[in-house]
Amino acid sequence: MSSPLFYIFAAITLLFGAMVIASKNPVTSALSLAVSFVGLAALFVSLDAYFIGTIQVLVYAGAVMVLFLFIIMLLDIKAAEKLKPNYAAVAAAVLLFVVLIMQVAAVLTGFEAGRKSTTDAQLRPQQALVAMGDKALPTIANDLKAGQLPDTKLMGLQLYHKYGFHLQMVGLLLLVGTVGVVVLSKKENSPKGGRE
Amino acid sequence: MDALFASIDLFFLAISAVKIVLLVFAVILPMVAYSVYAERRFSAIIQDRVGPNRTGIPLTLFGFKKDIQILGIGGLLQPMADGLKFILKEDFTPGHVNKFYYWLAPCLTMVPALLTCAVMPFGSELDLNWFGIAQPIKSVIADLNVGPLYMFAISSLGVYGIVLAGWSSNSKYPFLGGVRSSSQMISYEISLGLSIIPVLMIFGELNLSKMSAYQDANGWLLVPLWGDSAPWSNGWHFGRWLLWIPVCISFVIFTISMFAETNRTPFDLAECETELVAGYHTEYSSMKFALFFLGEYAAMIIGSGLAVTLFLGGWSIPFAPLLSKLTGLQFHFVPGATPLYTGLLHIATFFAKVFGCILFFIWVRWTLPRFRFDQLMALGWKVFFELALVNVILTAGILIWCPLK
Repeated sequence: MSSPLFYIFAAITLLFGAMVIASKNPVTSALSLAVSFVGLAALFVSLDAYFIGTIQVLVYAGAVMVLFLFIIMLLDIKAAEKLKPNYAAVAAAVLLFVVLIMQVAAVLTGFEAGRKSTTDAQLRPQQALVAMGDKALPTIANDLKAGQLPDTKLMGLQLYHKYGFHLQMVGLLLLVGTVGVVVLSKKENSPKGGRE
Repeated sequence: MDALFASIDLFFLAISAVKIVLLVFAVILPMVAYSVYAERRFSAIIQDRVGPNRTGIPLTLFGFKKDIQILGIGGLLQPMADGLKFILKEDFTPGHVNKFYYWLAPCLTMVPALLTCAVMPFGSELDLNWFGIAQPIKSVIADLNVGPLYMFAISSLGVYGIVLAGWSSNSKYPFLGGVRSSSQMISYEISLGLSIIPVLMIFGELNLSKMSAYQDANGWLLVPLWGDSAPWSNGWHFGRWLLWIPVCISFVIFTISMFAETNRTPFDLAECETELVAGYHTEYSSMKFALFFLGEYAAMIIGSGLAVTLFLGGWSIPFAPLLSKLTGLQFHFVPGATPLYTGLLHIATFFAKVFGCILFFIWVRWTLPRFRFDQLMALGWKVFFELALVNVILTAGILIWCPLK
């Protein structure tokens, strides 16, 4: 992707990210966050990571934020709009922000690959094909021959081959979370014949 | 800056723009308008009525004896009359609504539905050698490698339109409709997504064009009767037919979830008039109401397109090898060497299949009664979710024991 598009989408992401904390209406905040996610997805796509970009929209903008909106809609918005900002919390947030920025800056200055410009870091499917050799799965080899980046397939390969154990651990964690939610949300001493 | 302009492929941009304009404005929108007409005529047939059969070119206004009925079918201009009515009606905004979101909601329903058609392969290739274009042009706007995921992602944004319509109306029934609809769409997105995983495993691809090409060569997923998978061909393969079982389960789950995703009867609880007046669009009038209506139909067309692409061969012509043998013409797709007439026929085949699917949608709507909301949720979470998961494992097992080629 050429640089003007990067700046447009980066501006959308940041602007709506700022709107999330600046707006008083919770629904506006939630929707701004969704738009911010969409801008972020566009940035992923600009890095040839189509799968991550799509999943960003599908999971965060399409499912998680809808659930948030769902909850917010059930709240009393008028009361939320009258709330005064808690200045101590704002100061703490600014402090956290500064620390985080410093941390990110420290990491980025030590990140050698970040110094390459996009013209140097072109995709080289043919070389990747040669490097993978006979180990490449047929579908991946076909995509690389056609000059495309099989990002979804490569990610699947990495996740299920190299990080299979970690993936299962994450799955287990999610399962524990789900069971916990079911236990917590189930009413004890519910009235006789009451529905769940 | 010069390097930036040099990097832009003007020919590609122009072709894409032509494809977008033609597909959206010349095909999808008229198709939306005429599926409304089809729905009214078809429902009339089902209920033994006549339906809208009188709108034609209004010559009686100028003193002639009869209106002209195009093609002799009565009422073919009904969509235009409907559109005119919607535009001319008073656009009333109630005083108690949240104005910004009230205006935003109809757009958010319509736009995602149209955006998803970007990755839909509506034909194979168009060989425009006669017009001086050497490279054949692919009949798809964006040949993404994450086709179905992109469609799910964008169409999941359509929930916002309905939720916001319900909330911003600031009134009881629309709100209940919006809440119902969002929970319904989120629940069924899961079974919808899980139901196509077996299909993706069989194709080994996430690219919708490649899926269509595969089905053109190897027989449709749901109807593997020609190509290599035909029982009488040399490449006959037991595994391919064993896979038919999980594919059928997938297709059933996918189709039914699609009904829920598009808020169509029997799952139109979000706008169920016996309980919620008109659901989330109760407070809307005029063209804003029409946008909700059109968004629903556009989502239906795109959903049918996805079902056709995944399960029914996409643009592939039925019995193409047999037809080729009988006529001596080429009816199947060969990359880079597909004649123009075949390319055009592929486009026609695709839209014919989509139209068939839409008729099925309409048929179901006027045949089945509405579900209760708890039944709907139980069906989604307790039946389809588990069934789709088991189906994934079943497919994986079959693919391990009888690998495809």
